[in-house]
Amino acid sequence: MAHGLPGVTTTAKTGGDTAPAARVTGLTRRFDGRTVLDGVDLTIERGEFVALLGRSGSGKSTLLRALAGLDRGTNGGLEVSGAVAVAFQEPRLIPWKRVRANVALGLRAADPAAAARALAEVGLADHGGAWPLTLSGGEAQRASLARALVREPGLLLLDEPFSALDALTRITMHRLVLDLWDRHGPGVLLVTHDVDEALLLADRVLVLDGGRIAHQSRVATPRPRHRDHPDLTALRATLLERLGVTPEGTA
Amino acid sequence: MSTSSLDLARPHARGRPFRPAALLPRAALARLVSPLVLLAVWQLAASTGLLPERLLAAPTKIAATGLDLLRDGTLTSAIAVSVQRAGLGFLFGAVAGVGLAVVAGLSRVGEHALDPPLQMLRALPLFGLIPLFILWFGIGETPKVALVALGVAFPLYLNTFAGIRGVDGRLAEVAEVLDLSRTALVRHVVLPGALPQALVGLRQSLGVAWLALIVAEQVNADAGLGFMINNAREFLRTDVVVLGLVVYAALGLLTDAVVRLLERRALTWRTGFPV
Repeated sequence: MAHGLPGVTTTAKTGGDTAPAARVTGLTRRFDGRTVLDGVDLTIERGEFVALLGRSGSGKSTLLRALAGLDRGTNGGLEVSGAVAVAFQEPRLIPWKRVRANVALGLRAADPAAAARALAEVGLADHGGAWPLTLSGGEAQRASLARALVREPGLLLLDEPFSALDALTRITMHRLVLDLWDRHGPGVLLVTHDVDEALLLADRVLVLDGGRIAHQSRVATPRPRHRDHPDLTALRATLLERLGVTPEGTA
Repeated sequence: MSTSSLDLARPHARGRPFRPAALLPRAALARLVSPLVLLAVWQLAASTGLLPERLLAAPTKIAATGLDLLRDGTLTSAIAVSVQRAGLGFLFGAVAGVGLAVVAGLSRVGEHALDPPLQMLRALPLFGLIPLFILWFGIGETPKVALVALGVAFPLYLNTFAGIRGVDGRLAEVAEVLDLSRTALVRHVVLPGALPQALVGLRQSLGVAWLALIVAEQVNADAGLGFMINNAREFLRTDVVVLGLVVYAALGLLTDAVVRLLERRALTWRTGFPV
């Protein structure tokens, strides 16, 4: 089949106790004849933290959008168990709703206290009444995380949510995400172009290249991790090479 | 009592004599000078006979006439008639304009069905339609209200439609990943997102509403501000003509102020520079 018909992806929501958080089989996506995803297979276990690396244009965001249900033009199998939540690169708070109302929009069942609880969890207990446009970049991204987590998702999709933040804010956000993941235990797919970020956070790091998962590394180093840990240093070199970046001084 | 409450409230004015002018910012005061000078020149020209009353009455004469007409009820009933025409026309036009914009904005089918004929109608000169309106609706209230309604509908339609289509698609994606229904998407994202642009349309349409009313009332009226002005022209009463114009202007400014208040209330979430 030269050109797959769009919209024949089989999407299923499974609820069994043993089902993984997400299972992708043979996922293909073409844009105007250009193949971006070429038969991707990926399973994210329940509570597993997976980071997806790739050069820009490698299709990592395309894969995330397919899992989020935002792309109806894919072919292949997509299975997700439980609710899906997304935090985008830009916080995408609705500017005309106060922060608390933004978080409440994520609720699946009416529970007035849940939004306040979620805001307290991300350290924004005092900002519920604020307008989104008055928040700093880090605060807005935390509110976006609260809106995602209030859904108690089985699968949390993070689309480069820290890339627009300054270095110091990014460090606190990394800690916050690990903390929230610990407490809520969703399966996580973090799309990033930052190898260090992937190594600090994930159980498993994947490299997307040529439309497929071209490489994967398990990261067994116990958390909290330090970027200078010898295991991570070795993994970093491997991953950078896989991403087509030659180590310094040997080019 | 030696200290007045005003001195207590304004501690920085201590030791200086109280000047009423200090209540106004200097810039606002400076802007008052040239209109006052113009008014004085006008008054002077009129009272020296340089400006004959059949061309333009003196400001004091206009004010006195205003008080007279207010006292005998002529002005208030004329305003009531005109405001009713404008209000009714605005109501019909606004419902039609916003309603059509929502239908065309929310669906492709609606857009294809409604937008071409509306764009064609928009190209017609509004006031050129008066002869047709007289043939269709006679010379009573209907053609006047219809003209105002038509003038109001287009700016509201165009701006609300553009506002709906201009809503950030990334926010619509948020609604989708949050599993919001289409109704919830429209309520929480699309309509509030279109509101700033729709309010621009509202201000434009109110401007058109008063303009359409003035023109419609010139054509054939037996009551209202337009009738008052036309009647005065017959008797060379320039004081009444100018009074009518001033009232039209005041009504226009009033509705504009109401919309601006509405804007400030509805758009507090924006962090633009404070107005």
